[in-house]
Amino acid sequence: MQGLYAVFTKELQDHFSSFRFAILFALIAMVSFITSYMAAIHLSENLENLSSTRFPFLTLFSTPGAVFSMVQFVAFFGPLIGLVLGFDAINRERAQGTLIKVVSQPIYRDAVINGKFLAGVATISIMLTSIVLVITGFGLAIVGVVPGVGEIGRLIIYLVISIFYVSFWLGLSILFSILLKSVATSALTSVALWIFLSFFVTLGAEAVANSVAPVDPNKNVPPEMVIQNAKIKKMVSLCSPMVLYNDATATIIDPMRNTTRSLVLMGPMEELLSSRFQNPLALTQSILVVLPYITVLIAITLVCFTVSYLVFMLQEIRT
Amino acid sequence: MGTESIIETTGLTKAYGPHRAVNGLDVRVNAGEIFGFLGPNGAGKTTTLLMLLGLTRSSGGTARVCGLDPSRHARAIKQRVGYLPENVGFYGDMTAVESLQYVAALNGMGKQETHERIHEVLQLVGLEQSSRKKTGAFSRGMKQRLGVAEVLIKAPEVLFLDEPTLGLDPEGAIQLIDLIQSLNQERQITVLLSSHHLHQVQKISHRVGIMIDGNLVAEGTIESLAEERFGLGEKEYTLEEIYMKYFQEV
Ligand SMILES: Nc1ncnc2c1ncn2[C@@H]1O[C@H](COP(=O)(O)OP(=O)(O)O)[C@@H](O)[C@H]1O
Ligand SMILES: [Mg+2]
Repeated sequence: MQGLYAVFTKELQDHFSSFRFAILFALIAMVSFITSYMAAIHLSENLENLSSTRFPFLTLFSTPGAVFSMVQFVAFFGPLIGLVLGFDAINRERAQGTLIKVVSQPIYRDAVINGKFLAGVATISIMLTSIVLVITGFGLAIVGVVPGVGEIGRLIIYLVISIFYVSFWLGLSILFSILLKSVATSALTSVALWIFLSFFVTLGAEAVANSVAPVDPNKNVPPEMVIQNAKIKKMVSLCSPMVLYNDATATIIDPMRNTTRSLVLMGPMEELLSSRFQNPLALTQSILVVLPYITVLIAITLVCFTVSYLVFMLQEIRT
Repeated sequence: MGTESIIETTGLTKAYGPHRAVNGLDVRVNAGEIFGFLGPNGAGKTTTLLMLLGLTRSSGGTARVCGLDPSRHARAIKQRVGYLPENVGFYGDMTAVESLQYVAALNGMGKQETHERIHEVLQLVGLEQSSRKKTGAFSRGMKQRLGVAEVLIKAPEVLFLDEPTLGLDPEGAIQLIDLIQSLNQERQITVLLSSHHLHQVQKISHRVGIMIDGNLVAEGTIESLAEERFGLGEKEYTLEEIYMKYFQEV
C-alpha cells in the first residue's frame, strides 16, 4: 500500500502541474462554456415552449447549441483526455531510467501501474465533475433553471459513465506506453486508434451494411432487407466505444428517449407508442434500457486495464 | 569482518533464448566486505544484480540475499538492499530534495524521518548546495551523487552499485570511490560493486570476482588470484594484469 499511495500522489501532482493538463483543461473548459452558453440561449429563446420541456436543466447538456451538445463533445473529445494522460505513462519512465529506480524500492511492482491508473482516473473525475459543475452554475445564472432531484441523479450517472468511458482510453494509452518503447510511437498509435474507433468504424458500419444488405432508395427493397441493413449497421458500429458511450448515455441524459433503437427497427406498435406517448421514462427505467451498454463499457475499461496490468507484471524491467 | 554471507548463489542462471547471459554462477559475498564484480560489457553483471533483487526471474539455480530468496521475498530484500542502477535516471522537473522525498515515500518513511535523513544524505554526498536545484540541470557527477543519496536514504545494510563511476571525470570517480569506502568502513555496509574500472576496484575491494561471457572465471582476494595465475613471486601484480591474463585465456 505504501508504494501505491506514493506513486498515486506523485502522479496526481504531476498531472495537475503539467503544461499539457493546463492546455487540455483550458480547451475543454472553453468548449463546454461555449456549448452550454449556446444551449442556454437556445433554451431562453424557447422559453414559451417550456411546458413541453420537462427537463429544462438536462437540455443544457443535450441540446446542440451551435454545432454540438456538451454530451456529444465529451463523446468526441473525452478520449483525448485519457490519451493525453496516459500515452507516456510507462515508456517515458523507462527511457529516462526512473522506472528501474522506482521498482527497486521496497514496493510491489503493481503499485506503479495501479498508482498511475488511479491517478489518471482521479484526474479525469475531477476534470469532468468540475466541467459539469461549471455548466450547472452557468445554467442557474443565465436561464435560471434549477435542477430537480431526478435530474441531479441522472447527471451523476452520466458523470460515472463518462468517467469510465474516458478511463477506457486512459487504460488503452497506458497499454500502448507499456508495449511500445518510444513515446512518439505510443502517442501516434493511441491517436490513430482513437480516430479509427471513433470515426471510421461508424463509416465502415455503413459500408458493411450496404454491401451485405444493399438498400437502394430508388428501388423497392423488401422491408426485411432494410431491417437487416439497420441491424448490421448497429452491430458493427457498436465496436466503437464512442457509439457505445452515446447509447449508454442516451436515455440517461435525455429522459424523453425510451430506447436506443432506431425507428427502422421498431415494430409498428412501438413506433406508434413512441410518437403518441411523449412521456419521460422513470430514472430506473432509463437505466434498465441502457444497462447492457453501461455494462459493456465498464467491462472493456476493466479488460483494458487488466491487460496492461498483466503485460507490465510479466515484462522485464532493466532501465 | 564477519564470515556470515550476505549473498550466496549456486548455479544461478539466466537464459535469453539459447543465449545464457549468466551461466551457473556460484558466488559468495561476505558481510561487511566490498566485493568488486568485474567484467567487460555484456558479461552479465547487471543481469546478476537484477536477479539478486528479484527484478528479473532466474532461469535456474538458487540465490540467497540476506538469507532470503529473491524470487519469493523480493520486497523484503529491497528493504535492506540499496540498488544504484547503471545510468540511473531522475525526474527532470523535480529538485534534488523532491526526488529524495519521493524515494523516501516509496520506502514508507514518515515526514520527520524523511526530513532528517534527506539532510544527512545530502551532506554525505556533498550536495547541500544544490538541494533546491532541478535535477534536470545536474551534471553527470552530481546525478551520480544524488543517485547514491537516494540509495542511502533507506539506511541499507547492503549496496549494489552498478558501474557507479561510469562517465565520471577522474576526480569525480575518486571522490565517489572514497565515499563508498567510507560508507563501508564507518557504517559496515556490505558493497557489491560492479565495474570495469580496474584501478578503482583494486583500491577498495576486499575480494573480486571476474565474470566473462556469463561465467565467473575467478573469485577471491587480489593476492590469491595473482598467486593462482602467476605463481608466487616477488612482484606485486595489479588487478589489470590479472584481469588481462584471465581475459586472454577465455
Ligand atoms: N532482454 C534481453 N534479451 C536478450 N538478451 C539480453 C537481454 N538483456 C540482456 N541481454 C544480454 O545479456 C547479456 C548480459 O548483459 P548485462 O547483464 O547487461 O551485462 P553487463 O552488465 O555485464 O554489461 C548481454 O549479452 C546482453 O546482450
Ligand atoms: Mg551492465
